[in-house]
Amino acid sequence: MQPRLLEIRKGVLDKNDQLARRLRDRFSSAHTLAINLVSSPGSGKTLLLEKTLASLRSTGYRAAALVGDLQTDNDAKRLAASGVPVRQITTAGNCHLEAQMIEDHLEGWTLNDLDFLFIENVGNLVCPSSYDLGEHLRVVILSVTEGEDKPLKYPPIFHSSDLAIITKIDLAEAVEFNRAAALANIRAVRPEMPILEVSAKTGVGMAEWLRFLLVQRAAALMAIEN
Amino acid sequence: MHELSIAHNVVEIASHAANEAGINRIQAVHLKLGALSGVEKDSLLFCYEIAAEGTRLQGSRLEIDEIPVAIYCPHCDDILPLPGVQALCCPRCGTSSADIRQGYELEVISLEYESSDEPELSL
Repeated sequence: MQPRLLEIRKGVLDKNDQLARRLRDRFSSAHTLAINLVSSPGSGKTLLLEKTLASLRSTGYRAAALVGDLQTDNDAKRLAASGVPVRQITTAGNCHLEAQMIEDHLEGWTLNDLDFLFIENVGNLVCPSSYDLGEHLRVVILSVTEGEDKPLKYPPIFHSSDLAIITKIDLAEAVEFNRAAALANIRAVRPEMPILEVSAKTGVGMAEWLRFLLVQRAAALMAIEN
Repeated sequence: MHELSIAHNVVEIASHAANEAGINRIQAVHLKLGALSGVEKDSLLFCYEIAAEGTRLQGSRLEIDEIPVAIYCPHCDDILPLPGVQALCCPRCGTSSADIRQGYELEVISLEYESSDEPELSL
């Protein structure tokens, strides 16, 4: 018997991608810039977000955060101290966030009241790369303590991001961080990627990061108007 | 490891299509997997067996067609496949390019089944 073929041609993540597109439309029409933060565990994502939320709040912008973790709500508690709405998404072992989890956790929030929505993904450089969460911007975070070759080891996540932030630069000298190699590696997997160097602890680079966010939001609003 | 949830999606899509077409004996599922899909081939193969267990796809093969990244090189005015994903630059002239033309695929292409098991044509 000859084997026969039935053509299907269907994207494995179609369901997630369709929901993500609907979420992005919702964010856009509410003038909310959605940012998906991805990194490995311990890159300083939460501290960066803590300082970012506090700065945005003090300059009159309205921000909120969804925080993904396998277990515990420690990060959400930490972030709530900055005075902005924060919700924890506990994935119970799941290594990444999916669009459905985002939609479920938006319930009760009025997006029109938000200028920025940050989504702190589960600390993982592999799995989150495949899942569109409806974000406008994907930001990959790499700390100086991690090694300059991370982009070469995990190309899809770096490739799929719109901005790379190198964190903990106050420690760069102590850990003999090879800045040139890190920048070259990021741009090898994603030519022309904008890169910011930040220390959330000392505040170095935070102004550039906030400016980047405001410019991106303005650009997104312009795109909607047109 | 997200390959298990990816494998469940593959099984769900294939089962649904087989059901619609009235096919019972599926021998293989053909999948396109791009080098930038973020999915690891060996993990997916391993997870597929687990995900297929207890479904009509149990015992079927997952045939993975790996798709390399291909970029458009503005200098050569050509689309060229790359040997890896570590350097997005033209393998011919070295010009770096983020203009990706393939490599994101994560798609169920077809089902392979025994010919005695003809799909029922719905008219």
